[in-house]
Order: sequence, then structure tokens, then C-alpha cells
Amino acid sequence: MDASPSPAEAPTGGRMLIRRHGLLVRITHWINVVALVFLLGSGLQIFNAHPALYWGAKSDFDRPWVSMTAQRQGGEPAGITKIGPLRIETTGVLGYSDGQARGFPSWATLPGHRSLADGRRWHFFFAWLFVLNGLVYLAAGFAGGHFRRDVAPRRPELSPRHLWREVKDHARLRFPKDGRAAHYNTLQKLTYLVVIFVLLPLMVLTGLAMSPGFNAVTHLVFEIFGGRQSARTIHFLSASLIVLFVAVHLFMVVASGPLNNLRSMITGRYAIRTGGTDEV
Amino acid sequence: MRSDRRRLLSGAGASLMGLVLAGCDRLNRSEAVQATLAKAEDLTQAAQRALLSRTALAKEFEPKDISDDFRANGTINPGDPAYKALAAEGFESWRLQIDGLVERPLSLSLADLRARPARTQITRHDCVEGWSSIGQWTGARLSALLEEAGLKPEANYLIFHCADTLDPNAPGEMGRYYESIDLVDAFHPQTILAYDMNGAPLPVKHGAPVRLRVERQLGYKHAKYVMRIEAVARFDDLRGGQGGFWEDRGYEWYAGI
Repeated sequence: MDASPSPAEAPTGGRMLIRRHGLLVRITHWINVVALVFLLGSGLQIFNAHPALYWGAKSDFDRPWVSMTAQRQGGEPAGITKIGPLRIETTGVLGYSDGQARGFPSWATLPGHRSLADGRRWHFFFAWLFVLNGLVYLAAGFAGGHFRRDVAPRRPELSPRHLWREVKDHARLRFPKDGRAAHYNTLQKLTYLVVIFVLLPLMVLTGLAMSPGFNAVTHLVFEIFGGRQSARTIHFLSASLIVLFVAVHLFMVVASGPLNNLRSMITGRYAIRTGGTDEV
Repeated sequence: MRSDRRRLLSGAGASLMGLVLAGCDRLNRSEAVQATLAKAEDLTQAAQRALLSRTALAKEFEPKDISDDFRANGTINPGDPAYKALAAEGFESWRLQIDGLVERPLSLSLADLRARPARTQITRHDCVEGWSSIGQWTGARLSALLEEAGLKPEANYLIFHCADTLDPNAPGEMGRYYESIDLVDAFHPQTILAYDMNGAPLPVKHGAPVRLRVERQLGYKHAKYVMRIEAVARFDDLRGGQGGFWEDRGYEWYAGI
């Protein structure tokens, strides 16, 4: 984010266009969007081949901690989802949908019909795209100063008082429209840090930890997840958190000015108010 | 009117989603798309081979880690008459043929195989579906058998011909199980022809009398009910041409991930 206005964009009528997102951030962002959408759909297809999760190195088939199954209930097939001690009927969505036993419904998987082979081919293709795109983003982010300048929180931003004010503002959906909107706010920075440096790398590492080939490269690194089945569980949980992040992210985009946000992520230009109040 | 607009938007959203889903399935059917996606498989194999030394071992576990519910997948009781006859007499007349591009073709009984250099290992079996089981395997080291038979220089792959028909509805030989590996995996120290599982003769559901263990790949590479090992220069002229029953049905030939 380069917030300094160029002379050509001098303030006009209390509104000013600033350069908010650099070209590389915009390109890698949209490639990442495409990759994650395909990875999610194909990942759910792969999950459906064995819709159960375990902890440890091996599967204790009697004791999955999550399972989605189809069972007869009063003569009718029903989808049953179990999470730990919880047993939830999820007919039509999880366990049983479209007249067949399947973990996630066909509208959520790629392809829609059941095909583990196709799902894997999509998944690994977009996994490569995701990894290469991510490496470009990380290298540029460190070398170009994006992380240091835009994403790393400043010390005063981390004071409890400041954080509490941001939490309150977020809860009321009050977002600054003036110069302060040129920068990520602190909650945004902290969230992005977790996504960029924890969740997304975790997807790659737990993905590799499920590979018998990479397991033989080095036992140690992949054992930190507690074995292949734990890695599969963490892969699923981390993906779920990314879905949650995307949902909140999209909500925030809409709540804080969808067109302005969208434009800034496409062209880089973001409009801020130059005078008066920062209220909506 | 806000509610009209909302209805319009949600209707448009639903149709858009329908279009996207139909579009995805159409992409999935496109041969050009599939060919592009498959290119990533070569990249994956190259990356694994680059990172993985020829002799890097799969992790071996402790006896306490052995699964008491090791799942049997694929064929679990072959209906093929020739196999049933062999099973009925305890595999007395079963012979493992090692032939093709070898100097000295071998024909080994189960007793012969048990007399060959062996290895015991407790390893994790990773199914392509996502589950894992841990078992102890004892079997003849494939590398020693190949040295005994003497591979010809033009041999690049081993084909494992199996006794079971996994898909009875497929035409001709297409339904019969088979697998193939290259020489890197063939000579790997943990690659064995297992005749014992968890200290007892290999049960029928796990591939009696002998199954392949090729520990750095997924479960479908571990051919069960092995009858013949054929050394070949190439496998694209065999059945579906992809080097295995599941490979002919779209799964990766190199099943390292």
C-alpha cells in the first residue's frame, strides 16, 4: 500500500484516489482466489472418498472423531454427522444428499459426481499453482517491504486500548473513510498475519505430511503433526478456518464499501475522503 | 423495492452458481483440461524423485502401533476359478514367475520364496481414499530376486500380474488387477514380496499368498495376489496403457502423494 497521492490525483471535492494495493499483491491475490476455490471443491471431493477424520498415525475405524455417514432412520436414509460425542442429523447436506451416501453434497465438490481420481488431479494441479503463487507473494512481500510496511502492526496499535476500540468499531461496522482507510487496521493486520503465515503454510505442510513419498524424505518434520491421520485432520480444520476467514473477509468487503474495495483490488485505486467526518 | 432487489439478486446468485457448477463439470470432461491438469503429475513425480534419495526409508513403527483393524480394500476374495483352486490347496502348486527382460527366468514356490533373503518391517499403509493402517510385513526382498534373475539392460519397469479380477464388467483382460513400478522402487530396500502379515501367513483378503510392499507409495501400488513379475522396457502397450488397474482409471502412476 503506497498511500501517497500522485499529483494527478489531487483532491477533488473532498474525495481523493490513492494507490492502495501494489500490482504484485493484486495479481497474487486473484490467482490465490482461483486456486483456493478449486482446492476447496476438489479437496471436499477427496474428503468424500473417506468422510471420517482421526488423530494419530493410523485410522481407528471404530473411533473417528468426525464422521459423515448415511444411515436408515425409520426406513428412510438419513445423513448423520458425528463430531466427538455429538450426533447431528444433516440429511441433504452432509452424509446423505442427492439420493446417495456422500460426505459433502455434489454442489460443493469438484467434479460434482463422485470421482476421487479427478478430484486429486484438480487438487494437485491447483496445489502447485497455490504454492508457486504463494512463494512469489512471500518473496516479494519480504523483499519489497509489503509485510514490514503494511502488514506488521506498529507497537501502539497493539495496546489493549487501541485494540478494544477497533473491536468496538468493527462490531458496530464503523469503518474510517478518511486517510486512515489507506492502511490496514490492526485487526485486519493480525488476521492477515495468521492467514499468511499460519493457515496457508499449514495447508501445504499438512498436505505434504499425508504423502507417503514426502514422509520418506524426512520423518521428523512431518511427525510434528502427530502422524498422517492427524495431518489430515489439521488439513481439514485449517481449510475450515480459511473458509471462515473468506466469509468474514467478504462480509467486511461489502460492509466497508464493496465497489471501492473491489476497485482497489483490481486497479489499485482506492477513494478516501479528504475532509470532514470519517463516519459512513 | 428492497425485497424485489434481494429476490432478484438471490435468484441471479443461484443461477450463477448453477452455471459455475455446470461449467466446472464441463471443464472436468474436457480432454484438453485433463491433459493440462495431468502435467502437474509429472511435476509432482519429479519433485518427489528430486527430494527423495533412492534409498530413503519409509518410517517404521513399533509392534504396539500395529492396527487391530487393518482394512482390506479392492479385491478381498477373488472369484477367479484358477485362484480359488490354488487357495483351496493352500497355494501348494502356486508358482511365482519372474520373466520378461531377464537373463534367467525364475519359477518359485512359496517355500522357495521363503528361503530367499527376507526383510521384516512395520509400516503404515496409506490408502488413496485417505485412511491409514499399520501392519508388520515379512517378505522376500525384491532386489535379491531381481539380482538372481538378472535384469537385461533394456528393462525399465516391472509389471505385477495379479490373480484377481477387480472389475468383472470390464471387457477382456481390462478388469484384471495389475501394477507397475520402476527400478528405483524395485531395488529399494523396503520393497518386498510379503508372504507374512503380523507374524502369520498373509490372509486372502490382504492378497495371499504374496503381495507387493512398495512403502513410499499409496496402497493401490501394493499389488495383491501376485502371480507373475514381468520385466519390460515400457508398459504403454499393456491394457489401458497407464501401467496399472487404477492408473487406467485415472489415478497417478507415481502414487507418492
